[in-house]
Amino acid sequence: MSVLVVAEHRRGDLRDVSYEAITAGRELADERDGDLHVAVVGGDVDAFAEELNREGVDAIHAVDDGEEFDHNAYQAAAAELADRIDAGAVVLPNSVNGLDYAPALAEDLGVTLVTDAVGIEYDDGLTVTREMYGSKVETTVDVAGDRFVLTVRGGEWPPAEGVGDATVETAEVDLPESGARVTGFEEVGGGDVDIADADVLVSVGRGIEEEENLELVEELADALGATLSASRPIVDNGWLPKNRQVGQSGKVVTPDVYIAVGISGAVQHVAGMKGSDTIVAINTDPNAPIFDIADYGIVGDLFDVVPELVDEFA
Amino acid sequence: MKVLVTVKEVAEADDDFAIEGTDIAESDLEYDLNEWDDYAVEAAVQLAESGVADEVVAVTVGPERSEETIRMALAKGADRAVRVWDDALEGSFPDVASKVDLFEAVVDEEEPDLILGGVQAADTGFGATGVALAERIGFEHAAVVNHLDVDADEGIAHVHRELEGGVEELTDVDLPAVLTVQTGLNEPRYASLRGIRQAQRKEIAAKDLSDLGLTADDVESALTITSMYEPESESDAEIIEGDAGESAGRLAEVLREKGVGA
Repeated sequence: MSVLVVAEHRRGDLRDVSYEAITAGRELADERDGDLHVAVVGGDVDAFAEELNREGVDAIHAVDDGEEFDHNAYQAAAAELADRIDAGAVVLPNSVNGLDYAPALAEDLGVTLVTDAVGIEYDDGLTVTREMYGSKVETTVDVAGDRFVLTVRGGEWPPAEGVGDATVETAEVDLPESGARVTGFEEVGGGDVDIADADVLVSVGRGIEEEENLELVEELADALGATLSASRPIVDNGWLPKNRQVGQSGKVVTPDVYIAVGISGAVQHVAGMKGSDTIVAINTDPNAPIFDIADYGIVGDLFDVVPELVDEFA
Repeated sequence: MKVLVTVKEVAEADDDFAIEGTDIAESDLEYDLNEWDDYAVEAAVQLAESGVADEVVAVTVGPERSEETIRMALAKGADRAVRVWDDALEGSFPDVASKVDLFEAVVDEEEPDLILGGVQAADTGFGATGVALAERIGFEHAAVVNHLDVDADEGIAHVHRELEGGVEELTDVDLPAVLTVQTGLNEPRYASLRGIRQAQRKEIAAKDLSDLGLTADDVESALTITSMYEPESESDAEIIEGDAGESAGRLAEVLREKGVGA
C-alpha cells in the first residue's frame, strides 16, 4: 500500500523535516510493499520537486498553488492525492504547520491520527513509539485499522539523501476558498543582543521560580563573562525578552559552553541548543532530560550551587 | 459572542515515579489544569472583559475529580462549565476522533462563535483535538496562536502563529473558528479568593454519552497503549558529586579549562 509524504517549505526553502519525513515514509512503504509518493504544495514547486527527488522516492506531485503554507490548500492537496494513489498512510512533519492541518486531514479522510511519532514499526498493523508526560516516559501505541495520518518528530529519522529517479508530475488539485488568509510574516525579538553570537551562554529555566531570582543567574553570567539566555517559560512569563529564548521557536545556538540552570530539557528546548560544544546542566531532578545531552552535570539545587559558582569566579 | 474554551485536567509525573502496567502509578501523579489551556481560559476571559464575548463556557472531558480543575476556569472568570464523562471512557486511551465526537455534541448544544483551547495537553502531547474539531464542525481554525485580536464586527480573528525559529505568521481567520493557543499568548491570572468563592456557586453541568446522543461505539478508541517505559539514557555526562561548594569548585575548574571567565 502506498505512502504519501507531504513536504514542508518556508520562505523559499524546503525544511529539513521534509527529508526526515521521506525516510520515515520510505520505512513504512517498505513494510507495506508500496510506493513512496511525495507531494509539495506551493512555492517554487519545480525546484522543490527536483530537490525532493531523493533515493527511495517513487513519485513526486507538484501542486502549484500560492507561495507559502495555507492549511486549506495543503489539506485539500493531501486528501485528493491520498485518494488518487490509494495511500495507506500520509506522513507529515510534526511541525507547527503540520499540526495546523494534519488533524483536519485525518478527520477529512476518516482515518486515525497519531502525532509526534519518534519510532514506527509495522507488523500486521502500525505500532508507534511516542513520548508522554513531558518526555518522562516512552510508550508504544497500537493503531487499529490500516489507514492513518502520522506526524513524525523532527530529528528522529535521518534525512533522505542521494538522487532518486522518481516520476515528477504537476498535479492539478481543486483548492477550496480559504477562510484563513496569511497576511505576512514577522521576525520576533531582534533586540540588542544576539544570543546566537555568544561563546558562552548561561541559560535559565523554570527552576528559577521567581523573577526576583533572575538576579542570581545574571550575577553568574557577569562573573563568567557570559551572555544570558533562557528557556521558553521565562520568556512566556515576560521575565526576559523573546530574543533571549533558546529553542525550536526561539533561537538555535551553538556556543562553546552552554550552562543550563534549572532547565529540565524539553525536546523543544534541546532542539535549540544541542549543537553546543560543551553542555553543563544544574538541576535538582536527576531524571531531567537535560542530563541526557549534558557533558557535565550537577544534581543539586541551583540556589545552593550558583552562588558558590559565582564566588569561584568573583 | 459566545466563547467555548476547552480545558483538560492533565497528569504530571513526580520526579520519582513508578510505572505500573501501561501507566505511571496513580500515587506518583499530580493533576492540574493543562498549562496551554490556562492561556486559552485567560484569552476567553479577556474577551469577556473587553465586551467582545457575552458568555464564556468551559468544557472538559474528565471524571468527577476533574471538577476541581474546571473550577479553576470558573474562578478565573468563565461563566459556567460542562463536564463530559461516561464509564465507557474509563481506562481507555481516547483517540482524537472520539474526543472530537464528544466536543462536537457539546458544540451542537452550545453553538459558540469562537472555540479556544490549548495547542496541546502536557500529558499526551497529541496537539490535535482543536484542529480536528474545527474540521468536523465546519469552523475555520488556526493552530499555535501566540497573539490574538478578535474583530467581532468584521467577524475576523487576527492571529499570529508561532512558527519555528523566531518567525511568526500573521493570519486572518474568519469566525466562527477554533483557535489553539500557545503559551505566552497572555499572562494567565491567578484565581482570586473572591473568584474561587464565586466558582463554588457556578454551574458545572455533568453530561454522559446518552445526554449527548452518543453511544459507547462512538468513542471506541483506535489506539491502545501496549507498553510504557523510561527511555534509556544515552548520556555520558560526567556528574559532578559533592555538596554545593565542592561541586561548584570542580565545575569552576572544568569551565576554566574551557576558557570560561579567563
